[in-house]
Amino acid sequence: MEEADLEELCRNFFDSDLHLSLLEAVEKDLTSGASSSYLASSSGGFSAAKDALLDRLNTPESRRSVINWLFAASAKLPKRQYQQQPLSQQQQQSLTPVGEAAHIGRAQANWEKRICKSLNTMCSDLGLPLARRRTEKDFNALVSKWNELSVIEKDVSSIRPVYASKDFLEVLVAVRCPNALPEMTDTRWGLIHAPLRCKTIDQLRLDYHDLAISLSQTGVDDECLPDGDVEREKLTVKVLESGSAPLAQELAKRGVPLSYRGRLWSLIFDVSVTGHAEQYLQGLKQAVLDHDLLVDALIFKDVKLTAANNDMYFVFEDYLHMILLMFSRDPAIVGVYRRCCATAPKAYLNGRVGDESAAVAYPPSGVIPFHGFALLLCPLCFLYPDPKELYLVFRELYTRHFYKLHVISSEPDSILGLCALFESLLQTQEPELFHHLRSEGIQPLRIAFRWMMLAFSGLLLPEQVLLLWDRIVAYDSLTILPLFAVGVFSFRKHNLLQTKSFSAAEAVLSDLTTLSVGPILQLTLFARYND
Amino acid sequence: MSKVKYACDFDKSVLINNFENRGWQCVAPDEEWNFYWATVHNVRATFSAVLNHFPNHYELTRKDLMVKNIKRYRRDLEREGNPLAEKDDTGRYDYNLFAEEFKKHPTSTWIMKPCGKARGIGIFLINKLSQLKKWSRDGKAGGFQAVSAKDTYVISKYIENPLLIGGKKFDLRIYVLVTSFRPLKAYLYQLGFCRFCTVKYTPSSQDLDNMFAHLTNVSIQKHGNEYNAVHGGKWTVQNLRTFLEGTRGKAVSDRLFDDMNWLIIHSLKAVSSVMANDRHCFECYGYDIIIDNNLKPWLIEVNASPSLSSTTSHDRVMKHKLINDVINIVIPPGEGPDVRWSKRENLGHFDLLYDEELAQMDFLASERGKAGFPRSAATAVGSRGAGIRGSMSGGGGSGFSVSSGGSASGTW
Repeated sequence: MEEADLEELCRNFFDSDLHLSLLEAVEKDLTSGASSSYLASSSGGFSAAKDALLDRLNTPESRRSVINWLFAASAKLPKRQYQQQPLSQQQQQSLTPVGEAAHIGRAQANWEKRICKSLNTMCSDLGLPLARRRTEKDFNALVSKWNELSVIEKDVSSIRPVYASKDFLEVLVAVRCPNALPEMTDTRWGLIHAPLRCKTIDQLRLDYHDLAISLSQTGVDDECLPDGDVEREKLTVKVLESGSAPLAQELAKRGVPLSYRGRLWSLIFDVSVTGHAEQYLQGLKQAVLDHDLLVDALIFKDVKLTAANNDMYFVFEDYLHMILLMFSRDPAIVGVYRRCCATAPKAYLNGRVGDESAAVAYPPSGVIPFHGFALLLCPLCFLYPDPKELYLVFRELYTRHFYKLHVISSEPDSILGLCALFESLLQTQEPELFHHLRSEGIQPLRIAFRWMMLAFSGLLLPEQVLLLWDRIVAYDSLTILPLFAVGVFSFRKHNLLQTKSFSAAEAVLSDLTTLSVGPILQLTLFARYND
Repeated sequence: MSKVKYACDFDKSVLINNFENRGWQCVAPDEEWNFYWATVHNVRATFSAVLNHFPNHYELTRKDLMVKNIKRYRRDLEREGNPLAEKDDTGRYDYNLFAEEFKKHPTSTWIMKPCGKARGIGIFLINKLSQLKKWSRDGKAGGFQAVSAKDTYVISKYIENPLLIGGKKFDLRIYVLVTSFRPLKAYLYQLGFCRFCTVKYTPSSQDLDNMFAHLTNVSIQKHGNEYNAVHGGKWTVQNLRTFLEGTRGKAVSDRLFDDMNWLIIHSLKAVSSVMANDRHCFECYGYDIIIDNNLKPWLIEVNASPSLSSTTSHDRVMKHKLINDVINIVIPPGEGPDVRWSKRENLGHFDLLYDEELAQMDFLASERGKAGFPRSAATAVGSRGAGIRGSMSGGGGSGFSVSSGGSASGTW
């Protein structure tokens, strides 16, 4: 691990709840009856404290909580590209700070400018300020209806979502490397022309070997057995009792039984609703109540358009409003942008445009919601009845994985990489289908893009979406999404081969609610050995 | 009294003169007749017809009769020493008994429902005796409509702690197909749904008059401001199950569904002795069930004519499948209507809920087994589970509870 990473981990540790609780425990140890033994055996206050701390860390539960914390925190460190030899000054300059190629960095910067411009235009067209203090009347209304925000009347008919998946796809398609050799791109018959190296099916088979047909999977085997998969349930209970996050992540590779999934994910993400966390959330709520941002209207509109109209998720509408509003005020999320070449949109206080000292991230979380953003939160509502835990888990899921779905980066896990992987897999695994679709002028990515950008939420049944997200959490990677997308195309191949137009293909693939995740993943990975 | 209409297949004067002497009116066999002297062949044809209601279904579907039947069933069970008969009900009282009961629970809320009405008409909530007196005097209630006080009403304890999901109250609509009452044969439809209120639920004392928060009938919710025509406030039972399993665990949610199945079976058994068991009849009931926040199901009522109109496209598809599966069971494809209907294999989305014959065979076989006799082939369990549906614990389930909660009557 690099120096910089270690330093960052240490810094994060000092800010964490775990640190606070360890300190409290050590303080208690020192001031309790046991203190005399510490003071007696050492030569002063400091070493007494050190001994007490070491003793405390040696207890199995403290050790476990530190390991869990470390496990969760190290997953959020930037994945630096491994370099063979140190780069020269010139080479260094051509890369963005995180090591991205310059053309990707430029594409992302342009995209951000476009979003900001669109937001500013909406502001000036509608005459709404980007942010303002709430009026007393507004404040009171919000406080009284905090638990049923869906009821608040808000005129959002003139608000349009800032962008939808279609717009973003166009931007990705336009990403071109200026000095790419022709042979890097001339076999790309799909939409993506950025010369990204994608994994082959063999590499994916190795990565996802736990999904093999010979091993029992939740979501596959428990459907067939009369009493459900008893062995797997027992194993899950054991893992939960052990309280170890790395073990839990291993278990999740084969899917998690629905009744234990909530607790297991909380364990993997090291999320618990401590007093400290509650205070933090209270602070966020206060931030929502104090100021009214334009982004709030965007969130409101998005929830009303997508989740409230969805017959699987409409029940949770109030929670969605509450959580997304708080999410937009959370400054802890901006940190995510350091891991890629994106920057948060900036706003300038009091009209001091260009004055860097007056620049703040807008919204505080740095995330401008797009059409369908609320759907990323919805499946979690089936696992966590408590809004606080729901918020914390959603934040973890977002900062670890979902932010990559709407940021341009050359990481294989980011949306650009996922699209390239989808197209390359479809070409190699289903050449006949791909050729047929292309000859009818249909680009399969145009259909699959929306699926991947929303991580299939709202398209599959909630339980199936959660089974898919189990794999994302367990393997710490989003590559399962294009894999599943290719599986869907394979599964409906017979009908797709008879379509002659884009709308016909869309119609064949419009209703995915009958699909079962486990078998389709196994089909794509292991059911065929072409080579 | 209108004239008796007769039809006759034989042109015999001894017959015709008798009919004419009584002043009966002659009609053709294919018109409406009260009396038909037919050939044996025509009799067979007429009697192989199939009807979609039992003649006296109101024993189950009228609230006051259901209460009466269930009380009697409970007494029978108690007499047999059956542990299932728990003391646990509300029901109709006459006014004095009710007043006493009311004084015992001064802080509860009660719900008044007219016996024969549907769709939430005439329902209102009270929490003071004076409101009841005022209503009987004025014929008006705090609810929506003024209904004549001459109707029979059922009053019962309002379920004030319903299970809330997303802060909203809901009830369940489950379809049950009964093809025979003696022996009891019932099928449970897998695709039931939950109906959500559009407004957040508040404990009743604050806002008794807000029917949008208390009554889940779609006919009422449709007029609320928040009503959404895309999903119609309906959630599938599968989603409910996913939610309960995800948030509360599998064991608890399995037990809830088990309890609901037993609730339905008990209600059917309670009326099976008084139901006219016509072999030509079948009936598809809509059961309205509310779950309280201890995950106990309460039977609100049973509808004999569950609404077949659809509010959303999902709804229409589901009801289409329902009727399709009902017809497939009642008249298996490729055959004409046949009242022998012994084999029933193509269940579609129905599960066999209870089959008394098979249950008897199982019971006898186990008795025989106890006595050391070899088990007969009758115990071979069919793929759908003999007698009792597989997931249910034999003989278990809670003492069933019939109480009316906030959901209104209704062929919703």
